[in-house]
Amino acid sequence: MTANDVVSVPDLRGHFGKFGGRFVPEALMAALDELDEAFRKASVDPSFLKQLRDLQVNYTGRPSPITEAKRFAEHAGGATILLKREDLNHTGSHKINNVLGQGLLTQRMGKTRVIAETGAGQHGVATATVAALLGLECVVYMGEEDTKRQALNVARMKLLGATVVPVTIGSRTLKDAINEAMRDWVANVETTHYMLGTVAGPAPFPEMVRDFHRIIGDESREQMLSRYGRLPDVVAACVGGGSNAIGIFTAFIGDADVRLLGLEAGGDGIETGRHASTIVGGAVGVLHGARSYIMQDDDGQTIESHSISAGLDYPSVGPEHAYLADIGRAEYRSVTDVEAMNAFKLLCETEGIIPAIETAHALAGAIEIGKELGEGAIILINLSGRGDKDVETAAKYFGINL
Amino acid sequence: MSLLHDAFARAKSENRAALIAYLPAGYPTEDGAVECIAAMVEGGVDIVEIGFPYSDPVMDGPTIQDAVNISLEGGTKSATVINTVKRVADLGVPALVMSYWNPIERYGVDSFASDFHAAGGVGVITPDLTPEEAEDWILATNSNDVDRVFLVALSSSDERIAKVANATTGFIYAGAVMGVTGARTSISDAIEGLVAKVRRHSDLPVAVGLGVSTPEQAHEIAQYADGVIVGSAFVTAIKKDGAAGAKVLAQALSKGLAR
Repeated sequence: MTANDVVSVPDLRGHFGKFGGRFVPEALMAALDELDEAFRKASVDPSFLKQLRDLQVNYTGRPSPITEAKRFAEHAGGATILLKREDLNHTGSHKINNVLGQGLLTQRMGKTRVIAETGAGQHGVATATVAALLGLECVVYMGEEDTKRQALNVARMKLLGATVVPVTIGSRTLKDAINEAMRDWVANVETTHYMLGTVAGPAPFPEMVRDFHRIIGDESREQMLSRYGRLPDVVAACVGGGSNAIGIFTAFIGDADVRLLGLEAGGDGIETGRHASTIVGGAVGVLHGARSYIMQDDDGQTIESHSISAGLDYPSVGPEHAYLADIGRAEYRSVTDVEAMNAFKLLCETEGIIPAIETAHALAGAIEIGKELGEGAIILINLSGRGDKDVETAAKYFGINL
Repeated sequence: MSLLHDAFARAKSENRAALIAYLPAGYPTEDGAVECIAAMVEGGVDIVEIGFPYSDPVMDGPTIQDAVNISLEGGTKSATVINTVKRVADLGVPALVMSYWNPIERYGVDSFASDFHAAGGVGVITPDLTPEEAEDWILATNSNDVDRVFLVALSSSDERIAKVANATTGFIYAGAVMGVTGARTSISDAIEGLVAKVRRHSDLPVAVGLGVSTPEQAHEIAQYADGVIVGSAFVTAIKKDGAAGAKVLAQALSKGLAR
């Protein structure tokens, strides 16, 4: 298999094998066609690529470094653990990569308003940031439950001039925030671009968001070759919708010897039913405009997901991950809240880096696979975000008085 | 199939539009929904759309979201929907289902079409399924003699209208506003133009819904469309006055249908 075989998916209608596609109201089809056209034109337009590159370097601070986590590695079977530091990006996570691209596309389409959903608040903050930078009106939908879990990010979005709308229906988490954003989009599609924050949703979102994030893996691959003279044995990343994971996976998909490992949120454990591991514990279905693995009951009703991490608390997953799992190119495992929080604490205390709780799932997975592979193995982890936003949750979890 | 055709033909022969009413199965209860639908039919409703309650109704506004939540919390299952279809069909009125795609896919595309037909249902409206993704559905509906209704929107290009018109059977559903379901004080002037465009591509009846709630709006739409679809207003009427409220609204809307 060559890189092009896999990276050239999806097909022209946005299908990754049997996954993906467009399951949306007819009212949105014109907007998706318009977005698709704008994206394809921009992808080959030197002026767009130059503008984006300039922002990546001089605004985001790319390239992000790779840090070797030596003390942390002592707890991971002696494997070499490398951290791709997306937490050092402006706004504190990988999310900025995507919104810069979509922000510039919004301008090119002549739209003046952006809307977004957010779970942990990282995508909302990134969207609010880019809206401020580019002079766009910004409305962020966030489940009421998440506005409580992530109060700091709510304040950040407001400081950046965005309107934050707490969503009070359904499970009051990310899934319901997406529903509300879609309803807004259907009604305001002429002036508004929906800045979807992950590699899910109807085509062209999964492909477009992947392409704006693939810089993570492209940089990593170069950094690995120039500093270590070889590619890693494993590339690991947490997977909710799956944008940071697809971002770091894409450059390595053609490297058959590199194992790709996605870590899903296991919540209280798969066996309890209270989790967000859609590939490990879900079934094929359609949610939020695409066919993928979703959490659903026998009647096709979405089951609420559970995770200590707001950013992974989502009952579906990007269709390309579903495809990579089906063809066996990537492997997906589930990490419980407890395992993730242990890894969170370990990174804090061994490396002086407070990771996002989302990211801590990848760290926990790396510890496990490090023990399986032992010394000599190189594991590259996408350190997708920093944990400032999670300080309150973590303090409560570890019984630290604030 | 012929029941649906007959309902539009009868309305046409009476020089009026057909009245199409929507209610989610299981709202306010399984029996309550059937009772309300019977009252609507007495009040003049020609065609009934039974909503398949779904956890993530992205095309619906607050009124129908609430009704659907009540239905799901009341224990509505796929079997409830099929059973409701049967009971409504037994009233002698054409029964359709309006369903988001995932519940049908989960049920099994062919099984759903087959069980729906066996229950006496005539057609299925799929608001988040476009012809592009409907390959299996087209086969299943064809082989089970079920009409499949796709939607056109104010934003649809001529090319897309042609595609939807070609894939649709029964009637074409034209969305009167850009947005979710729910009563609006005014509906767009553009909808008349959309209906005219649809007619250039299809001889099927064209029904207009989304945002339509009053006899005045029904009257306006009846001048150029074959059917008027009302949903949220029925939910609101039932919430307030039960089946009696549904009948009164159906009677009032019926008076607006004349050309």
